[in-house]
Amino acid sequence: MDKRRVEEGLFKGLMILSTVLILSVLGLMLGTVVLKGLPAMNIAMITQAPKGGYYLGKEGGILNAIIGSLYLAGGASFLSILISVPVVLYLNVFGEKQTRLISFTRFSLDVLWGVPSIVYGAFGFTILITLGLRASLLGGIITVGLLIMPIMSRGMDEVVRMVPRELLEASYALGATKLETALKVVVRQALPGILTAVLIAFGRGIGDAASVIFTTGFSDYVPRSLFRPAATLPLAIFFQLGTPFPEVQDRAYASAFVLTVIILLISIICRVLTHRFTRHVMR
Amino acid sequence: MEFKTHISVQNLSVFYGSEEVLKDISIEIPDKKIIMIIGPSGCGKTTLLKSFNRLIDMRDGVRVSGRVMVDGENIFDSKIEVTHIRKKMGLLSQNPCPLPMSIYDNVAYGPRIHGLKDKKRLDRIVEHYLREASLWDEVKDRLGEPASRVSIGQQQRLCLARGLAVEPEIILADEPTSALDPKSSRRIEKSFLGLKDKYTTIIVTHILRQARRLADYVVFLYCGELIEHGPAEEFFENPKEELTKEYTKGVIS
Repeated sequence: MDKRRVEEGLFKGLMILSTVLILSVLGLMLGTVVLKGLPAMNIAMITQAPKGGYYLGKEGGILNAIIGSLYLAGGASFLSILISVPVVLYLNVFGEKQTRLISFTRFSLDVLWGVPSIVYGAFGFTILITLGLRASLLGGIITVGLLIMPIMSRGMDEVVRMVPRELLEASYALGATKLETALKVVVRQALPGILTAVLIAFGRGIGDAASVIFTTGFSDYVPRSLFRPAATLPLAIFFQLGTPFPEVQDRAYASAFVLTVIILLISIICRVLTHRFTRHVMR
Repeated sequence: MEFKTHISVQNLSVFYGSEEVLKDISIEIPDKKIIMIIGPSGCGKTTLLKSFNRLIDMRDGVRVSGRVMVDGENIFDSKIEVTHIRKKMGLLSQNPCPLPMSIYDNVAYGPRIHGLKDKKRLDRIVEHYLREASLWDEVKDRLGEPASRVSIGQQQRLCLARGLAVEPEIILADEPTSALDPKSSRRIEKSFLGLKDKYTTIIVTHILRQARRLADYVVFLYCGELIEHGPAEEFFENPKEELTKEYTKGVIS
């Protein structure tokens, strides 16, 4: 057999192997969470906050962490949208001629994207001290908001960049200002991609543990105030898995299952919404 | 033939970086006629067209010298409000470019951003200009549908209606039929002929036969220079410049 066909065959084998490996990692991960988590699931898990002795295997649930995580990731996503949308519109509509500033900004966002989340945690902690706050839901929202901002911005940037120049020109030619063009045409055209970017950032935010250890703390109560510590699912998983009791460890898997389901649900809702908003998008 | 004018180009030069794309152009554009800018690709036709509504501002590293007077104002004057200039001109681009919204909202977009909110007046405007672009009968039952759903020829007429709805004096069109099939092209050409008593229409084309069909006045650009311009009949029957003769005969392209 000639050499080129051997090469072709070898590489094909490698590609298949890699693909199978990735798919099986996903399958095994979901399998572990479901198989170990589901038996430990009960209605109390998602309807009750921990009662005394929960971490020793007694009654209660992780409602505190579910609500805490939703508040945290929701607040952080909202904060991040407030920063990301203007940045992205500047990069693509307003700053058109500032090519150097634009590429520097994109580069900075990429760098921020790569900063480990524990560093954000430490940074957020410093901010809290400076502001005179302590570990709290608000502190977590600020920190996680900063953590997911580069992810959201770059995600939006990639789709807004794809909006055809001609579409902007068409709007300008009618006498529209840049702001009108940005909000009424560009955002509308890129809306499906913008929503996807928000979703990805939300997913990253709800699942991050390192950034919230110092900034959000933990609490056994369902959060009622922005200025009090709040529980989050990743930390709930961490604490339960760290106990020496097998039944509590199983609850960690149940919590992981809950987290996975939340992310899945959000994805599905977002897909449905996106589908609605794509009605008018020009192809 | 005597022409009145409200667009007058005076010694206009445009540079992209160090490249001079338009070289010292001066023309008086006649009113309420179809003016066709012809010439080979890459010769500055589109740049000239986009100078009229300052869309060339959007490009990186553009430098302009000279003046373009519209109704007695130099549009490159720094005191001029650019949205005010653009409102005077409707633009049709090469590829039909409806906005990502419904058919109705596309036409209403211009009037709305210029402050019109009254639903009844908007309804009337939308109908009027869709009729003027001879699209009304085809879309009147589906005004709420996304503009992306109509055919590409209909999209181009929709863009025409959208441009007309801001009540411009001038229609600018950049090779408006190049993406269209022959039937749709014909309909657009017909619309132009129907509108020429009301608007000054400036069309860029590289299709000579189209220029012969439509033009009242022809502007011939070659490599950034204005070679010849004049009333269509004179231009085609009796060109003065050697280059024009060669171009109209098809010796060069």
